[in-house]
Parts: sequence; C-alpha cells; structure tokens
Amino acid sequence: MSLNELYREVILDHYRAPRHHNHLDSPDGSAQGNNPLCGDEVTIELNLNGDRVSDVAAIGVGCSISQASASMMSEAVFGKTREEIDELVRKFKVMMAIEESAEEVVDPDRPGSALGDLEALQGVRKFPVRIKCADLPWITLEQALESAE
Amino acid sequence: MTDLAHIRSDFPILQEEMNGHPLIYLDSAATSQKPTAVIDAISGFYQKTNANVHRGAYTLSDTATDLYEEARARVAGFINADRREVAFNRGTTSALNQVAYGWGLNNLEPGDKVLLSLMEHHANIVPWQLVSRHTGAELIYAPYTDSYALDVDALESLLDENVKVVSITAMSNVLGTINPIRHIADAAHRAGALMVVDAAQAVPHMTVDVKQMDADFLAFSGHKMLGPTGIGVLYGKLDLLEAMEPAEGGGEMISDVQLDSSTWAEVPHKFEAGTPPIAEAIGLGAAVEYLEKLGMEAVRSHEIDLTAYALDRLGAIQDLTIYGPTDVETRGGAVAFTLADIHPHDIATILDQQGIAIRAGHHCARPLARSLKAPATARASFYVYNIRSDVDALVDGLEKAREIFGVA
Ligand SMILES: Cc1ncc(COP(=O)(O)O)c(C=O)c1O
Repeated sequence: MSLNELYREVILDHYRAPRHHNHLDSPDGSAQGNNPLCGDEVTIELNLNGDRVSDVAAIGVGCSISQASASMMSEAVFGKTREEIDELVRKFKVMMAIEESAEEVVDPDRPGSALGDLEALQGVRKFPVRIKCADLPWITLEQALESAE
Repeated sequence: MTDLAHIRSDFPILQEEMNGHPLIYLDSAATSQKPTAVIDAISGFYQKTNANVHRGAYTLSDTATDLYEEARARVAGFINADRREVAFNRGTTSALNQVAYGWGLNNLEPGDKVLLSLMEHHANIVPWQLVSRHTGAELIYAPYTDSYALDVDALESLLDENVKVVSITAMSNVLGTINPIRHIADAAHRAGALMVVDAAQAVPHMTVDVKQMDADFLAFSGHKMLGPTGIGVLYGKLDLLEAMEPAEGGGEMISDVQLDSSTWAEVPHKFEAGTPPIAEAIGLGAAVEYLEKLGMEAVRSHEIDLTAYALDRLGAIQDLTIYGPTDVETRGGAVAFTLADIHPHDIATILDQQGIAIRAGHHCARPLARSLKAPATARASFYVYNIRSDVDALVDGLEKAREIFGVA
C-alpha cells in the first residue's frame, strides 16, 4: 500500500528525532517559513564560512513530512558550498516534481546515490496535497541563504 | 434517538468512492453535502426560470423574483424572523463583514471595545480587526474554561460600558461548544452593547430562533446547511437594519442616485448590492425545506446520538485527546482531537487513503489553536447523513494510523 511508501522508516525516524534541532547563537542568516493552511512552521538558521555552510539549524513544528524534510535537509546542506546546495535544491525539486525536468534524479538501482536519506521523500509525490509540506523547509532555506548575503 | 439512516439515498455523493473506498464524509463543519432536492432546485431554476431579479419587465423575471423572495421568506421563517430582516449575501464571512463595516465603522470610536471570545472563527475576528484599525476600537476576548465551555463569568466581568459590540459564536466549529447566547445577549444589552451571533455552525444543526436568542445581528452560510456555496444570510433586527449603513454600494440597493449622493432601497434590499446569487438563494430555500421536513429536533437528536457514540469510541483509543465538552447536551457534532505524536495532517492523509474525509489544522481559528497548545488538531464532524458505522470506520482508520506510526 502506498501509505508505506509515504511513511518510510527514515521519515518517521527524522520526525521523532530531528537533527540539527538547536538554535544557533548568532546565525549569519535565518528565515521562518509557515504554511498557513495546515500550520506547519519551520525556522532555518545558518552560519557561513566563506561560501560554505559551516553550521545549520532546522527547528519547527508540523507534520512528519515537513519536519522530516527539514531534518534531512539540514544534514544534507551541512558543510556544503552554495553551489552544491543549489544543485541539491534543484535535484530535490525535480524529485518532488515541483520543477519539471526530463532527467530522472533518483536511480532506482542505486538508491541514495543522488540525495541520500532525502530520497525517502519521493513517496510524497503520489500525495499531491502533501508536496508543499515537503517543500516548506526548502523554500525557507533559500530565504535563509538570501538573508545571509 | 431518531434514526435518519433512510435519508442517505437523498445524497448522491455518498455513493462515490475516494481512493478506492466508499466515501465516508466527516467534514460537514467545513461544508455539508447536498441532497437531490437542492441540486434539482438549482438546475431546475437554470433550466426553466433563470432571469435577473427585481428589474425585468417580463414574466420570466417576475417568476425568478418570486422564487428568490419565496426563498427569503422560507429562510426567515426558519429562524423566526420577518422577511425584511433577512439579507442575502455570500455567506457568514460576508455577513459579519457587513456588520463590522456597516455598523462598526460608523458607530465605533476610540475607547470603545468589541468583545469576542477565544473560540471565534477568523470570520468573526478579522473583520473587527480591520474596522478597529479605522475606528480605534479595541478588541477584547473572553476565555473558555478547562471544560471547554465559554467562561461566561469572565465574559460578564469584561462587559463594561465601553463595550459596544459582543460578537460570539453560537457553536464552536472546533470544540463543538454550544454557547448560551440568550444569557450573553441579556448581559450585553444590560451593558448597552449589541449582540452579534456567528451562527454558521448553529443554524445547520439545531433550532435557532432569533427572537428567543434576542440577537441583534446573526450570520450564517447556506453551504453548511445542505445548501449551495455562495449564499449566506445576515439577519438583523428591523430597526437596526433600517439604521445601518450598507457596506457595499451598487445596483439594486438604491432608491435614487444623484451625481454626488444616493438614497437607499428599503431593507433588506439596501444590503444586496448588485445581482444577487439567485439560484443559490433558491437552493438554500430548498435546503431549508428539506431540513424542515426532517425537523430540527430530529436533526439535533440524531447528532446528539452520533456524537455520544463518537466520544465514547474515540475516548477509548489510547493516547487520544479530545478538545471539547464531554456532555453531548452542551455541544454539537464537531469533534477535535489529537492522537499520540501523530500530526493531524498525517492522520488526515492516512484516513484519506481509507476513504475517510476529515479536516486537519487550525480550522480557521488560530487564536483558539494557540490557546489549546495544540497548533493543529484533527476534526471529525457529523451531519444528518452520518451513521454509526462512519464512526466505526474512523476508529479503525485511527488504529491504522497508530500502526503506521508505530505507536504502541
Ligand atoms: C463558526 C464559523 N464561523 C464562520 C465561518 C465562515 O463561514 P463561510 O466560510 O461560509 O463564510 C465558519 C465556517 O467556515 C464557521 O465554522
């Protein structure tokens, strides 16, 4: 049943034990995102060392999809350069069918090769009303990066 | 208990499936389903009698006008009002905006207060906020008690001579709480304030008598009471409506228009600017007729029975918290709950996959959600066409949610 594709083990794990879940002392950039329809909230804070995200926090309340997406995203962007993050964001949005692309980002034969744990979120594609939950932290990340400029 | 199970066949949508399961519709507090009688009234109007109202010089327009005005008379009778006291509009939201802009904007001053409650829908908060920005009036909120009743003592202690409007929901769309409007209206009137009632949830589910309530203004929506969307009602006491300024101007609502000023049509027409939702009003008339045939006593007792059953069965689920009164006599059929650490949005998705429609979120009542310390809740709500097996399906669906989330 597709519900099991949606609620994968990793997703529930990130939901229950979110990573990078403590506020940063004086972040270089931060942004708050919320989804007024369902009340999901995410705050993203980050420190930059030159072009590199040297620390990140993803804090919020909301459904398993939005919070797991935030947690996995925080792991994925930690230590990455702006350029690498742009590529990550792009791949994520293609995987979620938020952005159109002929490219298949996720290789079913080598799961995790492109996006790591985040690939667990691809089941959300089958639940159109939930895609915005998964996307919320990513929109907020882009705003946090902009605010650090 | 009155068994209304036989009426399910009047609602064609209940034959539909959702995600491969028979549809179990538990979101009537958001909008109700429509019986064939209402659907037919609307399509019949378009097929046989469609014309604009109050302006045609031909028979068809006369017929349309008669049908529109008959619907008004029926709706007025349903709440024990005079037909001149019933103005049609788009719904509760637009009716409350009409009061806030028509009455509030012209009568409120700095130092005045508008008394609301913490269990109000945004439709009964935001219009007052907008108007208070212009008038300088202050908004104050009566709390609710630990057992989710409106704290009437606290409300009365807030009710000083600066309060000019008390605007309260007759039935909470989240907690289900039924509020003692007559009692509050008496207190409001003693303090010299107007009593405005948000009856969006009350009119569909229980007998509402505006005289018995002594409401000055009262608002409700057609779509929550078996009628179509796009139609709602503002009731106002005749003298108040006559004195109130219209919030919208345009065609149909004038008596005369000069270059720099106009005079208004008689009530209620002065509150119906532009071409009204004609088919929708006729559809609402048919919905009222349908409810009258069932009898509002039967509707209420059916829902009391179903709600008692739901509270019982949901209450037996481990880690499930219900937000609302436990006494079914003091509440309607909207049941808000949370289940362990499973977010309501996830609950809704899991139920959706089993054909069950519920609502998740803050239900357009964020101040309430914040005060509940439950930013989001799941809400099941019942109406005339729901049956006990719908509740059973909900309970099974919630067990499934526990399983998926590994809640022991
Ligand atoms: C208590 C209450 N007030 C107001 C409204 C607003 O009604 P509408 O959206 O039909 O204008 C609703 C329904 O959403 C409600 O439940």
